[in-house]
Amino acid sequence: MPSNTASSSSAPAGSSKSKRPKYSKFTQQELPACKPILTPGWVILTFLVISVIFIPLGVVSLFASQDVVEIVDRYDNDCVPTPARANKVAYIQGGSDKSCNRTLVVPKKMKQPIYVYYQLENFYQNHRRYVKSRSDSQLRSVKDENQIDACKPEDDVNGKPIVPCGLIAWSLFNDTYALSKNNQPLTVNKRGIAWKSDREHKFGKNVFPKNFQEGNITGGGRLDANKSLSEQEDLIVWMRTAALPTFRKLYGKIESDLEKGDTIHVTLLNNYNTYSFDGKKKLVLSTTSWLGGKNDFLGIAYLTVGGICFFLALVFTIMYLVKPRRLGDPTYLSWNRVPGGGR
Amino acid sequence: MAGGERKRRRRKLQLSKLFTLSSAKACFKPAHSQIGRTGFSRVVYCNQPESADYCDNYVRTTKYTLASFLPKSLFEQFRRVANFYFLVVGILSFTPLAPYTAVSAIVPLTFVILATMVKEGVEDWRRKQQDIEVNGRNVGVHQGNGHFDLKEWKTLRVGDILKVEKNDFFPADLVLLSSSYEDAVCYVETMNLDGETNLKLKQGLEVTMSLREEVDFRDFDAFIKCEDPNANLYSFVGTMELKGEKHPLSPQQLLLRGSKLRNTDYIYGAVIFTGPDTKVVQNSTEPPSKRSMIERKMDKIIYLMFLMVVSLAFLGAILFGITTREDYQNGVMTRWYLKPDDSTVFFDPQRAPLAAVCHFLSALMLNSYFIPISLYVSIEIVKVLQSIFINKDIHMYYEEADKPALARTSNLNEELGQVGTVLSDKTGTLTCNSMEFVKCSIAGRAYGRGVTEVEMAVGNGIEYAVAAEPVVKGFNFRDERIMNGNWVKERDADVIQKFLRLLAVCHTVIPEVNEDTGKISYEAESPDEAAFVIAARELGFEFFIRTQTTVSVRELDVATGGRVERMYKVLNVLEFSSARKRMSVIVRDEDGKLLLLCKGADSVMFERLSGSGRDYEEETRDHVNEYADAGLRTLILAYRELDENEYEVFTERISEAKSSVSADREALIDEVTEKIEKDLVLLGATAVEDKLQNGVPDCIDKLAQAGIKIWVLTGDKMETAINIGFACSLLRRDMKQIIINLETPEIQQLEKSGEKDVIAEALKENVLRQITNGKVTRLVKTGSGQTTLAIGDGANDVGMLQEADIGVGISGVEGMQAVMSSDIAIAQFRYLERLLLVHGHWCYRRISKMICYFFYKNITFGFTLFLYEAYTSFSTTPAYNDWYLSLYSVLFSSLPVICLGIFDQDVSARFCLKFPVLYQEGVQNLLFSWRRILSWMFHGFCSAIIIFFLCKTTLESQAFNHQGKPAGRDIFGGTMYTCVVWVVSLQMVLTISYFTVIQHLVVWGSVVVWYLFLTVYGSMPPRVSTDAYMVFLEALAPSPAYWITTLFVVMATMMPYFIFSAVQMQFFPMSHGTIKLLKYEDQCNDPGELELVRQASVRPALVGFTARIEAIKRSVMRSRQTGP
Repeated sequence: MPSNTASSSSAPAGSSKSKRPKYSKFTQQELPACKPILTPGWVILTFLVISVIFIPLGVVSLFASQDVVEIVDRYDNDCVPTPARANKVAYIQGGSDKSCNRTLVVPKKMKQPIYVYYQLENFYQNHRRYVKSRSDSQLRSVKDENQIDACKPEDDVNGKPIVPCGLIAWSLFNDTYALSKNNQPLTVNKRGIAWKSDREHKFGKNVFPKNFQEGNITGGGRLDANKSLSEQEDLIVWMRTAALPTFRKLYGKIESDLEKGDTIHVTLLNNYNTYSFDGKKKLVLSTTSWLGGKNDFLGIAYLTVGGICFFLALVFTIMYLVKPRRLGDPTYLSWNRVPGGGR
Repeated sequence: MAGGERKRRRRKLQLSKLFTLSSAKACFKPAHSQIGRTGFSRVVYCNQPESADYCDNYVRTTKYTLASFLPKSLFEQFRRVANFYFLVVGILSFTPLAPYTAVSAIVPLTFVILATMVKEGVEDWRRKQQDIEVNGRNVGVHQGNGHFDLKEWKTLRVGDILKVEKNDFFPADLVLLSSSYEDAVCYVETMNLDGETNLKLKQGLEVTMSLREEVDFRDFDAFIKCEDPNANLYSFVGTMELKGEKHPLSPQQLLLRGSKLRNTDYIYGAVIFTGPDTKVVQNSTEPPSKRSMIERKMDKIIYLMFLMVVSLAFLGAILFGITTREDYQNGVMTRWYLKPDDSTVFFDPQRAPLAAVCHFLSALMLNSYFIPISLYVSIEIVKVLQSIFINKDIHMYYEEADKPALARTSNLNEELGQVGTVLSDKTGTLTCNSMEFVKCSIAGRAYGRGVTEVEMAVGNGIEYAVAAEPVVKGFNFRDERIMNGNWVKERDADVIQKFLRLLAVCHTVIPEVNEDTGKISYEAESPDEAAFVIAARELGFEFFIRTQTTVSVRELDVATGGRVERMYKVLNVLEFSSARKRMSVIVRDEDGKLLLLCKGADSVMFERLSGSGRDYEEETRDHVNEYADAGLRTLILAYRELDENEYEVFTERISEAKSSVSADREALIDEVTEKIEKDLVLLGATAVEDKLQNGVPDCIDKLAQAGIKIWVLTGDKMETAINIGFACSLLRRDMKQIIINLETPEIQQLEKSGEKDVIAEALKENVLRQITNGKVTRLVKTGSGQTTLAIGDGANDVGMLQEADIGVGISGVEGMQAVMSSDIAIAQFRYLERLLLVHGHWCYRRISKMICYFFYKNITFGFTLFLYEAYTSFSTTPAYNDWYLSLYSVLFSSLPVICLGIFDQDVSARFCLKFPVLYQEGVQNLLFSWRRILSWMFHGFCSAIIIFFLCKTTLESQAFNHQGKPAGRDIFGGTMYTCVVWVVSLQMVLTISYFTVIQHLVVWGSVVVWYLFLTVYGSMPPRVSTDAYMVFLEALAPSPAYWITTLFVVMATMMPYFIFSAVQMQFFPMSHGTIKLLKYEDQCNDPGELELVRQASVRPALVGFTARIEAIKRSVMRSRQTGP
């Protein structure tokens, strides 16, 4: 035994290389670090900071939302003549005249640009079958017009590829609105309603509609075969699918102010069938703020959370002042508090 | 040293001759008749190597070969349920069922598999390097014509004749032919095989003894028939046919690969088993692969997640089936835009049930994001790095032996934080197996100023002078009153003389005189005997010769003051046994006086004193108790003068008893000795310290304070076991000892002493008589249901190490066997403290936090997908772009969590050691209880719900930006994804308690990487980026709504958890929290205050020296109360 010890301890001493680990703060896990702890001070401070940021933001957001003037008019029901209301689907699929007149009153002064939207509800543009039913390459360039695999069953007509193919394009929204104020037609500018990147890179300038809506069932709107896809902004807007079953799509913009009390007459063609699936159709006129459209939720939510934080900051402060307690109370370390510590 | 070595060898050589003559007769045994039958069919033509029939000598320890690497490692990978699931998902993603493109499913899987394969490959490469080194060693091989040339090990073939030199390993299993000794013996060290350190003697056959020169092998020709390769190390059957004669071969001639030639200049041998056929390779079993408790639990969580995935998919499938069926009923289409009349099977209303089944599969794929694909690989990476930290820990590096800690497996790091019971080997682990004479009590006066280790530990801080290393090994006694012959001037000089003489005479030690220096060393059965003799020598009674009948001692003559040699005739030795607990010798001194000298345990000795011999009994008893409490082994020394008649009667009786053949012979002898070992006169007591390893009491104290139970398994005598229990502060004198004797045929004793005075069901400290370590370990493991850690250093501990949840090997001196079968090797017992309390605690925290967080982040992500899917009438439309989906686990959330697993610390190492209470978090599994896991999951669900609904409401249908454009699917997905990335990153910030630059880099980096990815990916042509094209640059970034929504959603999602933690920290802090607060408040700078606080944190331990101090305090208090 003793000789053994000697040999094993002397051997490494002879060899020049020691196995001693090199000291470094990293390997010894002693890197300088900040170790945040939730002391009452920090907690109160955090709550205060959040409330200080959130309350003003909430106020600003709420004001922004309040600034927005929005006119929403649901017309899907009203635009079906009373006698036809028993079977709206038959009406919409029938050949009768679909035009319909609506009157809107401007509640507050609306500054231009005023955006015109159609809003659909209970329409599942996000359904997987629907979302996938398109051919992006076909939309981009002419030479890919035969790439229609994803588009089934709206892929071809008698062997000739449909451009643009797929269910999305096929079900293009085709209600139209003609607006007039005091019998003066209001121009609705339909340029620039689609995202620029879509117009320039996703829809080809030399791709023209082909064989579109020529199958046995017509889905939705038709396209002007002489306009390239990149100019068909209605289509581009429609093809950027919505996230949720309730959505708005930009129809156009009015580039003149509307005064409070103005009455606007809308002559619309109620072509689009939402009656089959009990979908609602709404016409929306809205201005925008820096934050977008009208939605009070964000402002209210900011105010609420800010308020709660402020309240919590108060509660913690009071608790801290009323019953100051040593933080590192060693009694919390006691063994009796550790469940099962006695065993 | 060299001289001593030579001397010793010579002596051994003589012994070997004795041995050779007595037992090495070669003879045929019944087993030899089986040669040639099945199982005994090997045929070896010595000196005519043939490689045709048998394998070469290449030993492979690698897991894979170049060819098998790919299939085998892939197979290993996909055996994991989660990986298999992802493989199925990957395959399914090529079908139209897939809600996303195939690439996005394959990429993360490939990444994960590749990462693991690289890791496996690197590990195997290291093994390969080792193999190459081992197989490339050289050995002398007979090349014909009596020439021996060096050849590589791997080229050896069966039948080769080898020449192996001193201190070389045998490259294959050989039959010993001849050696440098005439009688063809050689010494073999088999430490690597069985861990035994003593050398084994092997001897070649007589017929081959004469082949002692290289040239002798020119015409050597023999033919060996023997058994087939098998794993039994201790059996070998074969015959050697030489010149037409058959000679039997036995294990005596077999030299095994893995053992080493010692003390023999060279040997010649014939190779009979090569490479994989060698016994050591045949015997090597895959070490049982151990998995930590946390990992086993993690599997359960994964199954739970599967269950959840399946049930969510099932729910979705039903609802999808219902809505799909309504699309086309009785020829009426509802959602006409889906063309339900002309549909594929996946969406066909007319086959709605089938569509639902298909949907179920798709949903399984979409929900795969619930299951963290990178969990396994992340954990593996983390554990490897954790092991590196363990290996690199400078505080666990043992300077003297140049040995750092070595984590041999990385699977068990976190298990180190959960150890409830430590099973320790004694010898070599707790103690150095060297005894030191420290104190004695003679004639009622205590001598010896040496400080024992336990005292040193107790007096921690009371400034003991640095205990100088004893000059003489085994002697740590300092007292000027009796050293250097001063004892003559003491009061009871005659008693002291008798005492020392007894020490010098009453033993069975054999002295060995070094011829060169004249120094005497002693060979004793047990180290404590040697300690006595050494003590006697150092105090002036040098024992120097033992013959069969005499003992000679040089002693100080009181009268003349000079040194005289005295010879004592040893008449009888009444040996020690654990039942007798004493030994005596009967000697006749030069004056012709008959003396019975006796030493023994206090329990048997005091009752044997004569009435007149009890002069110092009370003082001696006090001293003995004191010594025992100081952890020393005590013996009572007493003597008696015999008169001739009495002795004659005794000799008669004893020879009668010895010659009796009846079964109760032992009892008869006992009876006789009993009669003579009485009426003794007390001389005093000795105290010997079983030298503990450095820092053992301190370490045990800390472990006990951490609430870890400690068992010592030992094969010692019961008294020794109890003594060592005292020495390690495991036992105290006021504890009630429960001693259990197991009367099995082998009379194994199981001794268990527990504590009754505080809480009955408190921890039981046990000193166990060894049954088999392995068995005990299993018993403890199943009995307590706790994680057990076994620590040992010898080959006899292998069973224990493998059986325990964690085996820790001491990479000390007893060979490598324990280390090879351990999971973690440390150089000293005391490093266990740091290993458990610091590394164990950290690793446990890290891994458990990491796993919880993993599930949290994936649930948060996966459930937003599910919620969104619910808003697409369960058509499995993913909310996010394919690449966002696939890169979530890989890119945006993986590094922070890995960092958490590698670096996080709740408190620094110093505080881990200072507050052992922290360790209980692991033992009680507070951080990985089902409650905690489920709350993390619940937290994930809550976060997902908050994120989804807040996003949905804020981004409803109104315009998203100033240009009046509403948010589409791309914007919605992008915003929600941003929120998820922020939320999981901030959650990480709240979870991490240790922020170094790395953490900052990684956490904030993940968020930045997400924005960068969004930008870069969005800038790629639309062909690549599909619906993510320009989303960030064009739509998200310029819109204040995006930023303001992100801010709100993220903050609102974090709020509940933040409030929860704030409240918890304030009112229900966990231990680590409190300690952090303590540190924050700087209470730790005031030592007094700190001690006060620390006390509260310490487990009211019943063992350890702290407890001992407490006990002493208590007893003092009691005596004061009862005193007046």
